[in-house]
Amino acid sequence: MVKLIIDGKTVESAEGTTILAAAKSVGINIPTLCYFEKINDIGACRVCVCEVNGSDKLVAACNTVVSEGIEVYTNSARVRAARKVNVELLLSAHNCNCVACVRSGNCALQTLANDLNVRTVPYETKIAKDKWEETLPLQRDASKCISCMRCVNVCDELQGLSVWEVNGSGAHTKVAVRDGLRIDAAGCAFCGQCITHCPVGALTARDDTDRVFEAIEDSETITVMQIAPAVRSAWADAFGIAENVATEKRMVAAAKALGVDYVFDTNFAADLTIMEEASELIERITKGNGAMPMFTSCCPGWVRFMRYKYPEFADNLSSAKSPQQMFGAVAKTYFAEKMGIDPAKICSISVMPCSSKKYESDVPEVNATDKDVDVVLTTREFARMLKADHVNVAALDEAEFDSPLGTGSGAGVIFGATGGVMEAALRTAYNMLTGSNPDADAFKIVRGSEGIREAEVNVNGTTLRAAVVSGLANAGKLLDNIKSGKAKYDFVEVMACPGGCAGGGGQPIVDGMELAACRGEKLYELDSTNALRFSHENPEVKALYNEYLEKPLSHKAHELLHTEQKNWTVDVK
Amino acid sequence: MSRLEVTATSKAERTVRGLYDSLSRRVAASPVGNCPVELTSAFLKLCLAQSCGKCVPCRVGLDRLSALVDGLLDGDGDVKTIDLIEKTARAIADSSDCAIGFEAAKLVLDGMAAFRDDYISHIEKGRCTSNFASIPCTVECPAHVDIPAYIALTGEGRFADAIRVIRKDNPFPSVCGLICEHPCENHCRRSLVDSAVNIRGLKRYAIDNAGNVPVPACAPATGKTVAVIGGGPAGLTAAYYLSLMGHKVTVFEQRTRLGGMLRYGIPCYRLPDSYLDADIDAILSLGVDVKLGIKIGKDVTLDDLRRDYDSVYITIGAHSDKKLRIEGEDAEGVISAVELLGGIGDREIPDFTGKNVVIVGGGNVAMDVTRTSMRLGAKSVKCVYRRRIDDMTALPEEIEGAIAEGCEIVELKAPSYVEVENGKAKALVVKPQVIGAYNRGRPMPYNADLPEERIPCDIIIVAIGQAIESKHFAESGAPLAWDQIDANKAGEVPGLDGVFSGGDCVSGPSTVIKAIEAGKVAAANIDEYLGGHTEIELDVEVPVATYKFKTACGRVNNSEREADERKHDFELMEKPMTKEEAMQESSRCLRCDHYGCATLKGGRVNKW
Repeated sequence: MVKLIIDGKTVESAEGTTILAAAKSVGINIPTLCYFEKINDIGACRVCVCEVNGSDKLVAACNTVVSEGIEVYTNSARVRAARKVNVELLLSAHNCNCVACVRSGNCALQTLANDLNVRTVPYETKIAKDKWEETLPLQRDASKCISCMRCVNVCDELQGLSVWEVNGSGAHTKVAVRDGLRIDAAGCAFCGQCITHCPVGALTARDDTDRVFEAIEDSETITVMQIAPAVRSAWADAFGIAENVATEKRMVAAAKALGVDYVFDTNFAADLTIMEEASELIERITKGNGAMPMFTSCCPGWVRFMRYKYPEFADNLSSAKSPQQMFGAVAKTYFAEKMGIDPAKICSISVMPCSSKKYESDVPEVNATDKDVDVVLTTREFARMLKADHVNVAALDEAEFDSPLGTGSGAGVIFGATGGVMEAALRTAYNMLTGSNPDADAFKIVRGSEGIREAEVNVNGTTLRAAVVSGLANAGKLLDNIKSGKAKYDFVEVMACPGGCAGGGGQPIVDGMELAACRGEKLYELDSTNALRFSHENPEVKALYNEYLEKPLSHKAHELLHTEQKNWTVDVK
Repeated sequence: MSRLEVTATSKAERTVRGLYDSLSRRVAASPVGNCPVELTSAFLKLCLAQSCGKCVPCRVGLDRLSALVDGLLDGDGDVKTIDLIEKTARAIADSSDCAIGFEAAKLVLDGMAAFRDDYISHIEKGRCTSNFASIPCTVECPAHVDIPAYIALTGEGRFADAIRVIRKDNPFPSVCGLICEHPCENHCRRSLVDSAVNIRGLKRYAIDNAGNVPVPACAPATGKTVAVIGGGPAGLTAAYYLSLMGHKVTVFEQRTRLGGMLRYGIPCYRLPDSYLDADIDAILSLGVDVKLGIKIGKDVTLDDLRRDYDSVYITIGAHSDKKLRIEGEDAEGVISAVELLGGIGDREIPDFTGKNVVIVGGGNVAMDVTRTSMRLGAKSVKCVYRRRIDDMTALPEEIEGAIAEGCEIVELKAPSYVEVENGKAKALVVKPQVIGAYNRGRPMPYNADLPEERIPCDIIIVAIGQAIESKHFAESGAPLAWDQIDANKAGEVPGLDGVFSGGDCVSGPSTVIKAIEAGKVAAANIDEYLGGHTEIELDVEVPVATYKFKTACGRVNNSEREADERKHDFELMEKPMTKEEAMQESSRCLRCDHYGCATLKGGRVNKW
């Protein structure tokens, strides 16, 4: 242990602790900006600088470790002056049109400038500019970038894609897509982790809310909205309401308050995915028709990553489409027929915790109809629509999802957390092989927060080697291990975002926080309290098969719910 | 009002002089990999600030040039902008009234010629082509040794760990602790504060205090065999890493002892056998087989080795001499530096007592034989050079050391012929020179309008460069460039599958650390060639960086034994740092592995 004094308080910290963490342990908050725990401690913004006796320079609290006997001043006149100047300098290089910024009110720079009582910027404003294709799912506004480099490190370290680079030197040092490429040509998975780690409004997902407003307004159009599992773990973050008020059913009520005609549950489609994917897994294992191990295919970030970095594994992907696309296909066929609606009049809208889903909805190979999903909204956009419509969410009465695509099992809801797809599939595969249900929690061994988890699961006497991975850098490691023969699996679940969709790139942003785990917990709680725990017991899914699809992997199911993975390519340089 | 006044320097002028000094240190230690266009813009602004403002091309032209370059950096230019920049710079270079203007424009023109592609990249891609190199010492070290790590470890007294860190990239820590040319110090960021850290001196301190540090274990045997031709630094470096990677290495050396130029070129007073042997013993302890006294092309051929081994690495060095091509050169008493130093390496020590010795040359080898001659008892030692002392390629400290020991440097004299009597050299007749115009970056001397001079002597030692005995390898199919083996950057010899080459025989005579780099590169590529992919890695915890010692503090230099004493023996000349000095010196390291760019990009490399 190391003993030191911070702002007059004696602190004992373990060796190797940063000044920032040591201060926090005694309730002293040192402001930070570029710092992000475990991801970015490069000391670039110089906002967290402190005075330490024995040093003639101020030191960065985020990456300087404590040493015995030092005295630290986190808020001396010298510190305050340097900190404020650094923020003013950043503002002189930042597009400060905050009123028209999507991150206004949730911007680390804005908060910091307000906290430090910055009222004028004494420097000439010099703002970077850059061109960006506005149809891309991921949007970047160079005028707002503060070069904190979080996006660079997130993409390098968490996602192993290195889409972002720092180039140039001196005043012209800037963050840009690698090699001067357009981002879709640079191998971006559109996972959006750079967006959720961006402290300001430089990185955003494309805003499609106007298209939804238009569809709702148009009396000819029938709006059908599906809401993904993970959305319910965070949809009300922006409203400051208590957790017991921010319920799943109130989320449904909020969607209805927007004027959407039908509010359905993507959990239903998750259950449907399980029926198809579990059947496919059993076929691959028992009949040997298909490459092993089988990979889940519901995450478009992962699917895009794999096609770019490891295209040789394309045949290992389950041919099942993602729940979003399955839902859209069913909505425009089964549902339209059942309700007697012209599918051309349906506007199929999804609310997703994900930015990559915006990309996926445009991929021809996963569209069984003209367009299975017309507009993809992120959780953040959903909340913005509610705000724009002045919906008083706390005052809404809870509401139920609509039928016939509104019932989801507990197995469906855990799709939103890492390990959830695996667990849901195992529950149903067990039933398919044995004719009886396992204990609903029999496969909870696959839950957890480590980036790569392995488990051997016994299903009817057969040992199934399973792996669950989240974060694309981890996925890369796992694939390398499979390639080199170091690892052997039967079934692998991959989610691009660390912690799964609960931590997705479309989820609400709380600067400096990784919320995937606690949001995931909420989903597991919804599973445990759901009367339905098995996808194959979902009555609406059963009805769909009885009335329309016949059985999993049927011809019709293939037409609507599967894709030819080989044909889906990405054009990357 | 007085009619005249003596000039006095104002405080402002004195301060500006100080700022220039600080700036020149900054320029000398300039970081590696900055955007060259950005630098061009900055240089132009400095040049403009120095302009008196009288003539148009300098006053207005430099300002507009800098605006054009800035616009291009801001993404406002197109290909026409490059043409305009070039046209403007040429006009300024042609028409400025004084050097402040025309030399400034020349910067732009030279840059345009050297990195036009970078200008174009800024226009087409909005990005620079270069990448900032984050840890200057590690980047500049040809072997890319993790210098901040071993300096920090040395400062903590963890000397064995320091040696392990060095050996990850360089198996000659003892040798380099004494005689490395330390390119690592050239761009040391500490120079911005005061002067470069004495990196080599700290390495020696670690070596002297580490004791015997065992080498790492070898990877499981691959069953592959490699023949290394030449037991110098490049060959032994390759042998070391290839052995660690699990391959079986046999080194063929034509002389009686290993070490190459380290043994047969560098005098013992700079590199004692004990230091060299410490490194060689560590390398051989990995199980390297050694065959001494085998000359390739005579005892065994390259084809034999290619047949008997899975891969061959040619590192024959540059061990033959270059001739002056003057009359009398073959007289008795005229010898080459290679011959003298090589003989001493084989413990054949000549006696120069009472002799007058003349050395011809201006490089480090010339200094080695100059100082060796003094130690062999010569009555007088003169080093004759055709350019100025300033132009000598030998390290300044070598020249100063030689002078301190009583040797004389005779500058601006070109050898004309050797005066011979009874078959023996009697004097070197030289032609006085005038230093003249620049040619390929160096001023060229020409014959002065003065009579020839006679330097009486008994022995003449020619140290004007070395040649490579590459004939046999050329006959076996290796391509040559002059007498050098024309291997590519990966060390592969085109046309000879499985044959690699590196070190002096590829690059021409160079430094030990460049030879080590060549050996390391070859080891990696031979391993790949043999189908392995065994990485060399190390797991030593590096001490965390502190924030202290950022204020100016003098550099500790290694002192030498007094000239009067050392010139009589071959004992190690350099003294080690004291503990006090070493601790202070290690604390001067600014830890560029932690501060600056390294935490963002291009930081520590733990394996290769």
